[in-house]
Amino acid sequence: MATERTSTRSRRGASGRGQSKKTALPDADTLLAYYREMLLLRRFEEKAGQLYGMGLIGGFCHLYIGQEAVATGIQHALEPGDTVITGYRDHGHMLATGMDPKRVMAELTGRIDGYSKGKGGSMHMFARDKGFFGGHGIVAGQVPLGAGLAFAHKYREDGGITVCYFGDGATNQGQVYETFNMAALWSLPIVFVIENNRYGMGTSQKRAAAGQHLYERGVAYGIPGEEVDGMDVLAVRDAADKATAHARKDGPIILEALTYRYRGHSMSDPAKYRTKDEVQEMREQRDPIEQLKKKMVDAEVTDEDQLKAMDRDIREIVNESARFAQDSPEPDPAELWTDVLVEA
Amino acid sequence: MPIEILMPALSPTMTEGTLARWLKSEGDEVTAGDVIAEIETDKATMEVEAVDEGKLGRILVPDGSEHVAVNTPIALILAEGEDATALETDGKNAPAPKSAAEPQAAAAPDTKDDPARSSEGPSLPAEPRAEADDVPEVPDGTEMTRLTVREALRDAMAEEMRADDRVFVMGEEVAEYQGAYKVTQGLLEEFSARRVIDTPITEYGFAGLGVGAAMAGLRPIVEFMTWNFAMQAIDHIINSAAKTLYMAGGELGSPIVFRGPNGAAARVAAQHSQEYSTWYGHCPGLKVVAPYSAADAKGLLKAAIRDPNPVVFLENEILYGQSFDVPVLDDFTLPIGKAKVLRPGKDVTITAFSLMCARALEAAEALAGEGIEAEVIDLRTIRPLDSATVVRSVMKTNRLVSVEEGWPRFGMGAELAMVMMEDAFDHLDAPVARVTGKDVPMPYAANLEQLALPQVPDVVEAAKAVCYRS
Repeated sequence: MATERTSTRSRRGASGRGQSKKTALPDADTLLAYYREMLLLRRFEEKAGQLYGMGLIGGFCHLYIGQEAVATGIQHALEPGDTVITGYRDHGHMLATGMDPKRVMAELTGRIDGYSKGKGGSMHMFARDKGFFGGHGIVAGQVPLGAGLAFAHKYREDGGITVCYFGDGATNQGQVYETFNMAALWSLPIVFVIENNRYGMGTSQKRAAAGQHLYERGVAYGIPGEEVDGMDVLAVRDAADKATAHARKDGPIILEALTYRYRGHSMSDPAKYRTKDEVQEMREQRDPIEQLKKKMVDAEVTDEDQLKAMDRDIREIVNESARFAQDSPEPDPAELWTDVLVEA
Repeated sequence: MPIEILMPALSPTMTEGTLARWLKSEGDEVTAGDVIAEIETDKATMEVEAVDEGKLGRILVPDGSEHVAVNTPIALILAEGEDATALETDGKNAPAPKSAAEPQAAAAPDTKDDPARSSEGPSLPAEPRAEADDVPEVPDGTEMTRLTVREALRDAMAEEMRADDRVFVMGEEVAEYQGAYKVTQGLLEEFSARRVIDTPITEYGFAGLGVGAAMAGLRPIVEFMTWNFAMQAIDHIINSAAKTLYMAGGELGSPIVFRGPNGAAARVAAQHSQEYSTWYGHCPGLKVVAPYSAADAKGLLKAAIRDPNPVVFLENEILYGQSFDVPVLDDFTLPIGKAKVLRPGKDVTITAFSLMCARALEAAEALAGEGIEAEVIDLRTIRPLDSATVVRSVMKTNRLVSVEEGWPRFGMGAELAMVMMEDAFDHLDAPVARVTGKDVPMPYAANLEQLALPQVPDVVEAAKAVCYRS
């Protein structure tokens, strides 16, 4: 039977949808690295929100607050030479790949020292040396582009894989399925990470998506799917290890990370389509940073003093990036005409 | 020093708002992420979250305040270890908040005479020279061979694939079927399925996949069975291929060739008979090529494959089977962006591209019989348009007829008329005329299709009109 070709496995346990089973804790250095990185993503985005409020960042600004465990956990499963691509809620992925917070923030403020010289903005930054290929503003546009990156890995036989992030909203775009078809036909080395934060702008997944689970969307193409608690960085890392191993050896795989964004879709979204209780419950009970902190403190791998010091460090990095982003000049008017074409 | 909380801008257009109510009181502890107030913007009621931690020391703007300008301090937060006395000195000394508009206004350059404001870029095109380049594109005495456009295109791809392993071709029926129009004939045999790749019928998907591969450093040739179907993929051609280099500040681009037959074939009706040159010619970040002869098809396709930019390469089904002289050279390329004088003349300039060059040449022959010497220019490249060659010709003939297969509105004729306004106004002895496809979807009936497309008598008539000959 055709369905037997797929190995759609759920990671759901008795504890509820997407909750992962208890596993042994990684070593202290790994835990602290996860914590530090998630904290950087959180504080960076809070600062970006603040600068937006001050009029220093314009246009659209989609914050990653609440989803930090996804990019952090996935990135740790990657090897040098692997490639990453995502949509427009992208600051978290950039920082996770190791891009410089100063230059990311300077791009947000539209300054010359930004990754795109101020010409791309929040949704369009790229860093080839970090394997980061954007930063794309059209919902699901990054999905076939990501398959193209994976195609290049396979064409060159360089052993690399691509992680292609997209949201629950993007899963209803036709090009996703055109891509699934080709990725499966050609066995491309790619992990499709669906960051399911429950809302495509203001429309809940339930009102937009038929079917039960997004990780099952590859069944017709023989692409296996997994579900993971996207609020638990340890579960994400664990699932990412398996998914990347599969992609490297056996081709495409879908990983649906169940996550949540605390803020609105973009800065101007009051988020009236969900209850305050829902947001509050996620923040108080499922917060990825607080969850990890509790685990670390319980296991006595760290203490309040060390965490406070780390918090101060991160705040200084973020404040420095904000200063840098305000001090960097706007692009010279001559930049208007550069980078339209590569001059031969 | 207490931390000021400023009235935030909560939408791209907000300049002021109403501070509806405070959710925290003076003396309350706040942590990052706490909702501290509600603000009504021009669009909605929004929550303001604290970014900093500490004690809410003082509320400066009370509940219900209307028209609070963005960036006005609305409260002060006491950091760890500070007490209320810190409020006394600091509130007064706080620097005036900067206006949200200020950074832009202050940095906005005086653009009155700024070249950046010009529609043509920092350097205006040099004055057209009266004499064209006399350097021949093919050295004198070069051996020629007769090739069809179809063979020339295939040879161009094969040569570039032999020279560069990064080059591959993908599209519908390009491999095992040997090409829907047999343009990729023989390539699978020579280069294997690794580099000659049959795709499913999935234009949006494989166009995007091709662009991604180009971003990763490969040199894809993406064949559309016809350009009509590329409308499914135009998002990736424009949004992903054409704009990325700019959005990335030069960090990465997409060296890719999109190619296939463009324009009307014969009797295939409206959805399969459309001419796209000026659609793509409109878009910065692309190069757009539409060759006529087999030699140009070969030389320009080789150049397109080597070009570090995305190139839209528009072929023509009716031309595929036509034969032309093609130079026998090891590595024959032509520069993108140069028009070519197909027939010299002194009385009227006729511009055309792709299949319409055949109509223009026939018309010139007919006009010669009536004592009018027409100069026929093959534009060859749509973007960047070689307007200098056209201007140079009009300086001699003082008359211009633009011929194109596509629809009239906002087309090549419209563009060339503007080129004349900008660069050759004083040289014109008659208004510019355009011969175009009719402003209707393509009909199926043979007689109507004939009427919808530019024909030789239309060109002859237009040329005589601008020469004031009836």
